Amino acid sequence: MMYEPKIIGFLCNWCSYRGADTAGMARLKYPPNVKIVRVPCSGRISPELVLRTFREGADGVMVLGCHIGDCHYATGNHRTAKRMPVLRNLLAYSGIDPERLYINWVSAAEGEKFATVIQQFTEKIRALPPFAEVIHE
Amino acid sequence: MIENTRVGVYICHCGSNIAGVVDVAEVAKWAAGLPHVATSQDYKFMCSSLGQELIEKDIKEHGVNRVVVASCSPHLHEPTFRNACARAGLNPYLFEMANIREQDSWVTADKAEATKKAKALVAAAVSRVAHQEALNSLFVPIDPNVLVVGGGVTGIQAALEVANSGHKVYLVEREPSLGGHMAQFDKTFPTLDCSACILTPKMFDAGNHKNIQLLTWSEVEKVDGYIGNFTVTIRKRARYVDESKCNGCGVCQEKCPKKVVDEVFEAGLGYRKAIYTPFPQAVPKFPVLDRENCNFFQKGICKVCQKVCPTGAIDYEQPDTLMTVKVGNIILATGYDLFDARRIPQYGFGRLPNVFTSLEFERMTNAAGPTGGKVVLRDGVTQPKSVAIIHCVGSRDRNYHNYCSAICCMQSLKFAHLVGEKTGADVYQCYIDIRTPAKAYDEFYQRIINEGVHFVRGKVAEVTDAARGPEEAGKTIVQVEDTLIGKQRRIPVDMVVLSAGLQARADAKEVGKKFGISCSADAWFIEKHPKLDPVATMTDGVFVAGACQGPKDIPASVAQGAAAAARVLSIIGQGQIEIEAATAIVDETSCVGCKECIASCPYTAIEFLEDLQKAHVIEALCKGCGTCVGTCLSKSIRLRHFTDEQLVAEMIGAMQTMKSFETVEVQ
Repeated sequence: MMYEPKIIGFLCNWCSYRGADTAGMARLKYPPNVKIVRVPCSGRISPELVLRTFREGADGVMVLGCHIGDCHYATGNHRTAKRMPVLRNLLAYSGIDPERLYINWVSAAEGEKFATVIQQFTEKIRALPPFAEVIHE
Repeated sequence: MIENTRVGVYICHCGSNIAGVVDVAEVAKWAAGLPHVATSQDYKFMCSSLGQELIEKDIKEHGVNRVVVASCSPHLHEPTFRNACARAGLNPYLFEMANIREQDSWVTADKAEATKKAKALVAAAVSRVAHQEALNSLFVPIDPNVLVVGGGVTGIQAALEVANSGHKVYLVEREPSLGGHMAQFDKTFPTLDCSACILTPKMFDAGNHKNIQLLTWSEVEKVDGYIGNFTVTIRKRARYVDESKCNGCGVCQEKCPKKVVDEVFEAGLGYRKAIYTPFPQAVPKFPVLDRENCNFFQKGICKVCQKVCPTGAIDYEQPDTLMTVKVGNIILATGYDLFDARRIPQYGFGRLPNVFTSLEFERMTNAAGPTGGKVVLRDGVTQPKSVAIIHCVGSRDRNYHNYCSAICCMQSLKFAHLVGEKTGADVYQCYIDIRTPAKAYDEFYQRIINEGVHFVRGKVAEVTDAARGPEEAGKTIVQVEDTLIGKQRRIPVDMVVLSAGLQARADAKEVGKKFGISCSADAWFIEKHPKLDPVATMTDGVFVAGACQGPKDIPASVAQGAAAAARVLSIIGQGQIEIEAATAIVDETSCVGCKECIASCPYTAIEFLEDLQKAHVIEALCKGCGTCVGTCLSKSIRLRHFTDEQLVAEMIGAMQTMKSFETVEVQ
């Protein structure tokens, strides 16, 4: 069945959110499925926030932050880098495909990378069944 | 959420930027049906004064107590609309923005999809804003001292502007003297002013200003703090010359037996001594002892400089010194590096003797340079009879830098004039396009055309010494397709000058990190807004000016130096500045005292209250990243303005809207 995946992207304010703006300024086109929620730092994103988003029916969740070493808050994203892989393991343990949680680093200058990442993740999620079906099986 | 929440929603057309793709009237109509929405409108330009007045009027007259504007990125206009709310008496933190331009209309090809996405983003913002809380901004005093990093013409201008207004400036320069690249040039385009004649008075002023503390041969090691209150550690490298004793007589340089090729100031074309000032007009006048090349430091014998110094200023024991200064604002004017022409092997620099870089040519034509201003071949005596100048070396080339370096066309035209003036040689300009957009630049171009310079439009394929006939024997041959006549040409010349492009400093990324600002893909520092805020950065209190932000000529660099100074002075004039109120706070009733947050905080802004066994956020140190919130296992820390309730509400607003579209489609 063709369906439009519902994806929430949690983006840090300083690098990735601006990277998304950079993609816009360059008028790069990408699928509209990802809705962005701006947070100050990817370190703000608690595991609970991601889980709550899946519970709300999101087919995929993206966490994008500054490259390691480029964090506006020096080391906030170090926590993200440690925390999110653990959360992926937890998802897998719970029977949720960990591929539904995507983590990457996008700088303010990387508009092209942002558009590519969104395109690829949307396609990847589209190839998976809707999350609601998986959960209600 | 307060009772009687009344949200005002304003959908901006942004001319046709949004309205050309998103059905703004439909989004406004649809948003009127969202919970708590009291009014929903669309308007051509929300950021215009009329648009802002619309919001202010609704707040004052129609009881709107929450505002959502769906328009461009909050990085552009969040402050604009926050101010509009504040003017109407509404706390600015009760405002939220939906980014339907950069993150919707500009990136979504399908109009119906773009309208749907706009609805989801507006619903997310409406849902979030209902949970937002009024916050009181914190004000911090501004330290009026200013740090300027980089002593080229840009940094000098910035430092002088600030210092002349009566404020203290620390001017840090890595090299032994002020001056930067401009000090190396002979003439400046398009006026052919003598570079030294216009720069050295400024260098002198900066070096002798009572409000400027000059720190040359120094580098910034560490930066802590935030706007108004930076603490900066500067390493003053050992000069091995006591500045309090040295009178700059220059005897040490004269008598020093060790000659060294000067790779920096003379671009490898000339020599300096092991103890030296890079050029006679150097500011400060104190020399620097180059430890790596000094006979005493390397072999333990010599000490000639110490013996001849009339004031006993040579001090071989002098250590590096670290000094800590407090400043309120920082201006970075760290300049550029020249593209290394060796990276294009087919152009032969470093391999063919008579291929020169633009900087070598600058030094050669400089009357104070290694050849005394004579244009000669590598043998040091022969005047060239023909010279080819190759444009866009490393610029406008997908293998190196895509961007245009902005100055090379004019520089090459200047070279053509100087070659003609000094040698009467035939000059060939091999260019892709001639770009002369600034004041009096195109007139200069016309002048050079009339001087009889040959213009060959085409990108040079190769520079070689492999002669194919007697007319090419002993020459350096430029192989180029002349695209205007559609023919391959081989131009045998005596000298080739590579007009190398500008590139970001090799350590720009590292420096950016130190000061908390980001770099573009080409490693230029990123300004806050390319048009409206060209010298500010995303880090408050840190400004950029000149070529460190992108290729620039001297007039533009000077203008930016002054602009950055004006921005800094306007902040100093306010005396205090508002900082983000979005800080973290610990709920002491549920905190279990595990100290995880303390370990996670990048700013040591969380202390442990031993008596209560609870964590506590020191508000003045908290920068509001929220890493502690993401870490807290007992959910006992809230980040104001980015609380769980607010972020979950935003997410749910988007999710529910996306789900509602599915239901409609199934029916």
